Amino acid sequence: MKFRVFRFDPENDCDPYFDEFDLPVEKGMTVLEGLYYILENLDSSLAFRSSCRCAICGSCSMYINGQFRLACRTLIANLETDMVSIRPLSNLPILKDLVVDMKPFFENYKLIEPYLIPKEQPPEKEYYQSLQNREKIDGSIDCLLCGICYGACPTVSLRKDYLGPAAITKTFRFITDSRDGAMEKRLAVVATEDGIYRCHTIFNCQKFCPKDIDPSDYISQLKRKVVWQLFK
Amino acid sequence: MEEEFSVFSHDIVVVGGGLAGLRAAIEAHDCGFDVAVVSKVHPLRSHSVMAQGGINASLANHPEGKEDNWEKHAFDTIKGSDFLADQDAVETFAKEALVNLYELEHWGCPFSRFPNGKIAQRPFGGAGFPRTCFGADKTGLYLINTLYEQTIKRNIKIYEEWVVLELIVEDQTCRGIVAYSLPEGELEAFKAKAVIFCTGGNLRIYPKSSNSITSTASGVVMAFRAGLPLKDMEFVQFHPTTLYGLNLTLTEGARGEGAYLLNDLGERFMSRYVSEAIMEKAPRDITSRAIQTEINEGRGVGGKDYIYLDMRHFGANTIKKRFPGIYEACMEFRGINPVKEPIPIQPAAHWSMGGIDCDYNTDTEVNGFFVAGECACVSIHGANRLGGNSLMETIVFGRRAGRRTSEYIANGRPKSAGNGIYREALLKQEMRFQGIFERTGTESPYKIKSELGTIMDTRVGIFREEQDLRQALNEIRELQKRYEDVRPPYKGRRYNYDLLWHLDIEGFLTISEVIVMGALNRQESRGSHARLDYKERDDKNWLKHTVARLIDGEVILSYKPVTITKFGIGKREY
Ligand SMILES: Cc1cc2nc3c(=O)[nH]c(=O)nc-3n(C[C@H](O)[C@H](O)[C@H](O)COP(=O)(O)OP(=O)(O)OC[C@H]3O[C@@H](n4cnc5c(N)ncnc54)[C@H](O)[C@@H]3O)c2cc1C
Repeated sequence: MKFRVFRFDPENDCDPYFDEFDLPVEKGMTVLEGLYYILENLDSSLAFRSSCRCAICGSCSMYINGQFRLACRTLIANLETDMVSIRPLSNLPILKDLVVDMKPFFENYKLIEPYLIPKEQPPEKEYYQSLQNREKIDGSIDCLLCGICYGACPTVSLRKDYLGPAAITKTFRFITDSRDGAMEKRLAVVATEDGIYRCHTIFNCQKFCPKDIDPSDYISQLKRKVVWQLFK
Repeated sequence: MEEEFSVFSHDIVVVGGGLAGLRAAIEAHDCGFDVAVVSKVHPLRSHSVMAQGGINASLANHPEGKEDNWEKHAFDTIKGSDFLADQDAVETFAKEALVNLYELEHWGCPFSRFPNGKIAQRPFGGAGFPRTCFGADKTGLYLINTLYEQTIKRNIKIYEEWVVLELIVEDQTCRGIVAYSLPEGELEAFKAKAVIFCTGGNLRIYPKSSNSITSTASGVVMAFRAGLPLKDMEFVQFHPTTLYGLNLTLTEGARGEGAYLLNDLGERFMSRYVSEAIMEKAPRDITSRAIQTEINEGRGVGGKDYIYLDMRHFGANTIKKRFPGIYEACMEFRGINPVKEPIPIQPAAHWSMGGIDCDYNTDTEVNGFFVAGECACVSIHGANRLGGNSLMETIVFGRRAGRRTSEYIANGRPKSAGNGIYREALLKQEMRFQGIFERTGTESPYKIKSELGTIMDTRVGIFREEQDLRQALNEIRELQKRYEDVRPPYKGRRYNYDLLWHLDIEGFLTISEVIVMGALNRQESRGSHARLDYKERDDKNWLKHTVARLIDGEVILSYKPVTITKFGIGKREY
């Protein structure tokens, strides 16, 4: 199996280039394991992130054979090719090889005040939350903040000020949670030119999300909520 | 020269951005101190995010758990520990679990709920009542997001992708750390009045391991090298049900809620090992040994080294709703549909009961140095941890560490140190890097890692005996010699993962030696430590903690008593 891997060390290279490696591939091997094979046996300078290796930490998001994916969850056999081609996540500065700078992504995330702003003083024990309400935040709470939706979003590539799908998903998560009391403030943050109205519903976020989250659905729900607020 | 020398300075430096680290940082901040978190990965990429099944607190929300209280939680924990836990520590833990759990909920953690709107609880192995609170089977993801959110709210400084290399200790007092910044490629010294290590577990030293790739023991090794004792390192927990081959953990919640374990003959074999009333709900050590025995006696599926976890009788709806993580892991990684097929599983190394020696205030031997989470050994888990107790440990003791450091500083104990000590520490690490880059050997560190893995897997696994352990010790010492001839790492300074592995693999050899020596000496079976040549627990000789120290480059063992309070010691039967 051939691996064609994007290489770029801004300190030493003028331009990015691709390196090709030949790998012995075993059944059930993942792209992440392939990258480790390269690091350990073929080229110890290769830089890539990884941690949990089971699709929950969001470290190894990258662009593999034309799709944004988590390398740890991508079985080489499922790619059905004899060339695995790997590039870093798009829309973010490249720090080295497959490692991108996640700062712009997290800066946007921080803008939406991503923490519960409680409606009321906490009770002695837990807040009660109905099953129905808890179910409504299912999905939105599963976001890994892996950045795939952000990297895959054509709107982000055109306008870096766009909050992006993950930050908006987080807004939905808190607005929907019955324990949160900051709906108006939260809507004001996302109901802007660079918030929900910037989305062109191209659905790349939904298409590539490794956790099957549908940010575009949340964006449209938030748009409706904003209209509702106007009439209230 | 004086001006050129930069030191980062904070009141408190927390090393590690997992649950323990974030919880400690939040508490220290709320006590009014300037705190920074230094972590080799972004907090959300920490191992903690992998936790699945839940977190224990005796809320008594479950209809069958109305009688539950902290004392019962404490007793189950002590019994689960095979009576090696310090009972005063467990008491503190079980009491404080309650407020801590409610606080997490108040911060927005999306726990699963009962129809009455209260936090849901599920049964877990070794617990007398359904006591484990959870968010589907993604409890770790929800918890770490909740805590990370709270650090954002408080604007706590986080040094992301900074690898700590050394603990600076002078006159038995901790002064700070030296760290390597992956993005910048620079070494820097951090001045701190107090340091809290929350660096997580060790178990990447085993090839069959459920741990994240980042669980490399580095914090434990650093403390050991700085002269601190490690406690009870021989106790390595094996998780009974990990996906065959890849060792992704399938939560114990599945067994708790009634999944079957089946051998090649299709038998629910657990009745051979525990009472009919308990079966698959037995604690981890017992279940892992049962599975391994089935495999060793040729009843693995198709004669191979795995058996089945069967949850088909749950039905599609329950599987997808309550165990989405299991469903996804099986489908994505193995193409197995747990609704229709049984899941091939095998035990894998999962959790380190041992760690840096500390008490239940998170104090260590060194003033101003505190530890919490999986890298620490308080000890509340003794010889075997119950599922759901380690997440609560990170929270209870993370918080205590944050508070304790604040008290330590407020009491005005630390005198500040001059710059000299930081300059010296930095220089030492610079020289160390240089030495590594100038190596002339040819040996591959990864080959050493893989050979070490085989040794640990085959000789220091679920079942142990003298001959194997002796041989393992010799082989590890051989590998230590061979390590002196490893090739130099890639020489770039930024994002040099090869260099990190060089450092970590050297540490693997040290930690493995400590584990094996502890296991060899302990001539009894207790909790996760099962000796084929000493099958019984021996309270007369071995009701004591193993303490390992590095003295002049040599690992030296000693022992210290277990604290027994009102819970006493008894038989461990299920
Ligand atoms: C698959 C799986 C499922 C689990 N499920 C459960 C469960 O359901 N219930 C339960 O109670 N427990 C569970 N556990 C155990 C539990 O997840 C861990 O014990 C716990 O999360 C450890 O947290 P921690 O904060 O101590 O360390 P970690 O989360 O491991 O964090 C360690 C931190 O230290 C940093 N670090 C390490 N070394 C350095 C260094 N040299 N320099 C700088 N930073 C460093 C890392 O970057 C990381 O941020 C599970 C474990 C696994 C593997």
